[in-house]
Order: sequence, then structure tokens, then C-alpha cells
Amino acid sequence: MLTIKNLHAEVDGKQILKGINLEIRKGEMHAIMGPNGSGKSSLSSVLAGRENYTVTQGEVIFEGKNLLDMSPEDRAREGLFMAFQYPVEIPGVSNLHFLKTALNEIRAYHSLPALESKEFLKLTKEKQQLVDFNANLMNRSLNEGFSGGEKKRNEVFQLAMLDPKLAILDETDSGLDIDALRIVAAGVNKLRSADKAFMVITHYQRLLEYIVPDFVHVLYNGQIVKTGTKELALELEEKGYDWLKEEVHQKESV
Amino acid sequence: MTSDKSFYEFISNGVPGPEQKVGADNAILPARKLAFSRFKELGLPTIKTEEWRYTNIQRYLKDAFTLAQEEQGTVTADQLKAASIPQLDSYRAVLVNGRLQADLSVLPSEGKITVSKLSDAAGNPQLQAWFDKHPHLQSQPFAALNAALFADGLFIEAGTNATLDKPLHIIHVYTASTNAFIQPRHLVILHKSATLEVIESAVGINDNAITFVNAVTEVVLEENAELWHYNIQNTVKNSRHIHNTSATQKADSRYHHFNFTLPSAELTRNNLSVALTGSNTETNLHGLYLATGTQHVDNHTFVDHLVPNCNSNELYKGVLLDDANGVFTGRIHVNVDAQKTNAFQQNNNLLMSEKANINSQPQLEIFADDVKCSHGFTVGRFSEEALFYLRSRGIGAEAAKSLLVNAFAFDITDQVHIPALQDFLAEKIRQYVAGAINN
Ligand SMILES: Nc1ncnc2c1ncn2[C@@H]1O[C@H](COP(=O)(O)OP(=O)(O)O)[C@@H](O)[C@H]1O
Ligand SMILES: [Mg+2]
Repeated sequence: MLTIKNLHAEVDGKQILKGINLEIRKGEMHAIMGPNGSGKSSLSSVLAGRENYTVTQGEVIFEGKNLLDMSPEDRAREGLFMAFQYPVEIPGVSNLHFLKTALNEIRAYHSLPALESKEFLKLTKEKQQLVDFNANLMNRSLNEGFSGGEKKRNEVFQLAMLDPKLAILDETDSGLDIDALRIVAAGVNKLRSADKAFMVITHYQRLLEYIVPDFVHVLYNGQIVKTGTKELALELEEKGYDWLKEEVHQKESV
Repeated sequence: MTSDKSFYEFISNGVPGPEQKVGADNAILPARKLAFSRFKELGLPTIKTEEWRYTNIQRYLKDAFTLAQEEQGTVTADQLKAASIPQLDSYRAVLVNGRLQADLSVLPSEGKITVSKLSDAAGNPQLQAWFDKHPHLQSQPFAALNAALFADGLFIEAGTNATLDKPLHIIHVYTASTNAFIQPRHLVILHKSATLEVIESAVGINDNAITFVNAVTEVVLEENAELWHYNIQNTVKNSRHIHNTSATQKADSRYHHFNFTLPSAELTRNNLSVALTGSNTETNLHGLYLATGTQHVDNHTFVDHLVPNCNSNELYKGVLLDDANGVFTGRIHVNVDAQKTNAFQQNNNLLMSEKANINSQPQLEIFADDVKCSHGFTVGRFSEEALFYLRSRGIGAEAAKSLLVNAFAFDITDQVHIPALQDFLAEKIRQYVAGAINN
């Protein structure tokens, strides 16, 4: 579904991604871990098409198409979704109107008619329950005045509504208490299916107890320095990242 | 009367007075003469004039113009359609170059409400009592010039308790095929407890010549009267506008003024002023300006709290693109006796390009001590982060920008009580954003 080859990217003239290689197939759940500042959010930003990043080398193929050639909106329409680490507050744009616009633009891209209001509301209700998203927030301005947890739930709610092929969750777990974490994880698990894939960025092994990954990758200094299974996450939880950093530096000095 | 070269020169020195005028409105000739000598005393402003510091009016008056007093124009049904607001159910007064065209208009037949040519009402004692009497007009040269030499306009009078089942839409059509200086003038009087909704809009049908409009509207609200007054400025690029609107509010009256300046005229200068002469009044001034290209939009507002217990609330918002230039001056005067005044003012701007510019300044003159007054000014750039967020959900760049501009304008458009007008404005915002992207 997604093939990342030797991806290099910079922002403000600073090299951040230094040769990422990653293959994500249908049905898979990939976890990306790594210390702060290692480039996890940068990777998701580059995939989603944030304009201040410049790709200097490498390619990304998504469902047979060159992802890097597409505008951010076309990436979303092709089935890519990124849940933001820091969702933006947009006063004056209602949550519901925003979602309806997004959903209908994606449908139009696939030559589908706009959803009738009734169908849209039905879908909204169903997905809202899935992530236990407070119905009162629906008519409010997008994320405006939402608590940290409400913003993260709204991201997962949008994910459920837009039903992408590949979802990238950037630290959706941070800022959630344990109950909220369980609800969000259960929601994500319900969305898993054989033809969808996930890339879950997290700091903590905690989330991976609920969302069990097929692969765990460690990103450090703009590269994937280790790949393993869910046991790797446990090891990182115990030992921290320092041993990995040392390994990397030893390799570099050789 | 035509100026050969600079109209500024002509109007400063050469223009003949109102004695030349003969016609139906002879009853106001004395008032015109007074206005003319006032104009001569005041003289035209320069950039050294404090009130015109940011608007170099000389620049816009250096061309030659015909002082169009008698010009008649013809308007086709298609042109009229272009000037209308879709789905708006309203009465309609069509003015071609400032003159009411009865055959194109649909006027209310409600007996207590008069909508006529101002010239036809010149002998009306109410008109005699109020015409050109507003205190704030006395120091404004363009208002004096208008009073002295205006062509025509509307006289609207609503009797005690009178109301209309739908809004009155005043459509100005400007047809001049050579440079013209046109001066419409309205007087709107609402007697005790009368209510009215008035929408004013303008359309130019000739972009080959410059139309300069110097308009004056005087509004009088007697006790407990209420006026919803929408002014939509949406003509051709090749036009220049000075709008003077001055209202007088007596006790318990409510005045809701909306000013929408849409991408159009290269110059728009609005002088909006309200004199509160009776207590317990409510004044809401809302403005939205969307400017592109080299448009210059200057809003001068003045709320004059003369008596106690009045409430005024002002919100002006602007979105500026390209090289557009905005000016906002919000003057609030609170008289020494005007205790328990509530006066709020806010001006927010969104600059969508590096070169767009805004000069905003409050002028608070507060002489009473028991008052609540506040003012604020913001200028921001478009949030790239918000734009990316919307696009990352599949919303195209144009639709996303449109959402954001709509969101910015929302607290103004949300106050509009006429759904068809709200839709019209939303569509204009959409077109504005689309134009911005295609440029
Ligand atoms: N706009 C920017 N300008 C300069 N440096 C940036 C910018 N955005 C991120 N960075 C840098 O890129 C590196 C990776 O950041 P990020 O991708 O947010 O890491 P992570 O998500 O793994 O914590 C950090 O060193 C950060 O300071
Ligand atoms: Mg991050």
C-alpha cells in the first residue's frame, strides 16, 4: 500500500529525514517509536503534504501512485489520513460543517454524489458512538476551546468518518487518561480491516497494549534504526532509548 | 458642467453655485445656498487634513468629470437582474444615476410609508425640518458639496407605528459613458415606533468611464423607531465612492447599520456617524470589507454619545489581498453628561498578502466618568496551519480558504437577518476567495 524509499527531507534548510525506508502492506499495523525530536512528526507531515518540508531525495508510492506529486487534499482524497499531534483550533468553522465539506469533497473526487443530510447525520451518530465523542462538541467551532483529550478524540472521530485506507496517528495517545486511551484504542481496533493499514506514532508502550502492532520501528535522527515486533516496544519501555543511540553512534564511527 | 482638466481644481475654484438650479426642489434652494457657502469655507481636504491623512483624495479627483445633474440613462432588464440579490423578496426602488425610475421600481403601497423622489418632497415640512441639519455633516466638505449640488435621491418616511412586510431594496445603477461625478441624496425618517429594513446596493454598467459617487444619506429615528440599514458596495472597479451616512437617534430607538464593501471600486470612503440625542438607544455598527488589487477602503465612523444610558456596539472586519489598502478610524465621543454609556468598538483585519496594508486607529473622547467603553484592533495573517489542517482532510485549497474567510467574517454575516442577503454575501466571499487564488 505504501512504499517509502530513501526519503530525505528538510525544513528551513535543516536536514530532518535522512533516508527513510518503509513498506506498509494492507491490513498491517505499524508502530513508530523514538525519542523526541527524532523526526516522527516530520515523517507524518511529509506524507500528508505539509508545505514547509522539502523532499530532497527518495520517493513515496501510495497505492501505485507517486504520493509526493499530490496536493495535501488529493492525498486525503486518495485515502491517506493523518491525525495531528497538535490539532488546530479554527474559530467560526463548525465541526459538523467542516466534516460534511470534507466528506463530500472526497466523495466528489471519486465521482460519488454528496451525502444527503439524513445519511450524513446517521453516519455521524454511528461514528460518534464508536469513539465516544461528545455530541455537544459537534456544533461547536472546530477544536475551539476543546480540552486536549477532546481534540484527540475528534481526530479519531474524523478518521472514522472519512474512512481512509491508510491512517497515520501522530501521538494520538499523549494527553489521554487511561479511560480515554482505552476508548480511542477500541475505536481504532474496530476500524482495522484486511484492506486498511495504520501507522501509529507513539512515545509509550502503553498504547501498544491495546493496539497490537505487527511491526515496531524505531526512528532516531531521521532514520529507522531498528525494526522488530511488539517485543521491541517492551524492550524500549524497559531500557529506554540510550542503548539504541549508542549502537547507532558506534555504527557511525566504524 | 464639466471640468476640462482636474476636477479637484474645478470644484475648488470654478464650480457655479446652486442658483443655477431651477426645478421641483426650489423649496430647498435656501438650504442648498447655505451648504454651498459652507463648502466654500471648508474647502476640499488635502492629505494634511487630519480626517483624510490616509486617503489622498486629490489623487482620485485629478481626472476630468462631468458634474452630472440632468443625465438620464437607460437600463435593460438584464442589467437590472445583475444588480439584484437572488431570492430576495423585497420592494424595489431603482435609481438610475441618482434618480428614481418609477417604471423599474416596485414601491410599497402601504399608506403610512412614503418612498418618493427627494425633489418631489422638497416642500414637505418634515424634509424642511431635517434636510442637511445633521450636526456631523456640518464639518464635512463632501457632504456640503452634495447638499449644494446633488441631483436627486429618495425621501423615505414611515409614519407612527408603520412597518413593511418585507425590506425595501434601493438599487443604484450608474450608466455614465464619460467620466461623471454623481451625487445621490436620501433622507429617511422613521416616526415613533416605526420599523423598516432598507438594503442599498449599487451597480455600474460601464467600466470605460470613471464614475465618482458622492452620496449622502440622512437618517432620523424618532422615539422607539428601529431601522435595519444594509449598505452593499459592489460596483465596477472603475468607480470611486464617498458615502456619508449620518443618523440621529431619539430615545429608545434602535439603529443597525451594516456596511459591506466587496471587491469593486478603487476608492471607497465611508463616513458613518450617529448622534445619540435620546437615552436608552441601541446602535449596532457592523462592517465587512474585502479588498483586492489596488483597492483603497477607508471607513471613518463616529458615535456621538450626547445623553446618558445609550449602548453602542461596533465591529468592523476586513480581509485585504494583493496591494489593497485599508483604513479604519473609529471615533467615540462621550459627553460629560452621558453617564452609564456602554460603547464598544472592535476592528479586526486579515492580511492575505505581504503588500496589503491597514491603518487602524480608535479615537476615544470620554468626558463622563461612569461609563463602560472598550476598543480593540487586531491584524493577522492567514493561518497556514489551519489551511493545511483543512486540506489534509480532503478540502481543496480554494474551499478551505473560503471556509476560513467565511469563518473570519462570521460574526458580521451572522448578524444579517435576511437569509437571501446572507447567502448573497457568502457567495460573494466565495467568489472573492476564488479570485484570490486564480490571480
Ligand atoms: N519548522 C521547523 N524548522 C526547523 N526545525 C524543525 C521544524 N519542525 C521540526 N523541526 C526539527 O525537526 C526535528 C524533528 O522534529 P519532529 O519531527 O517534530 O520530531 P518528533 O515528532 O519525533 O518529536 C527536531 O529537531 C525539530 O526541532
Ligand atoms: Mg512529534
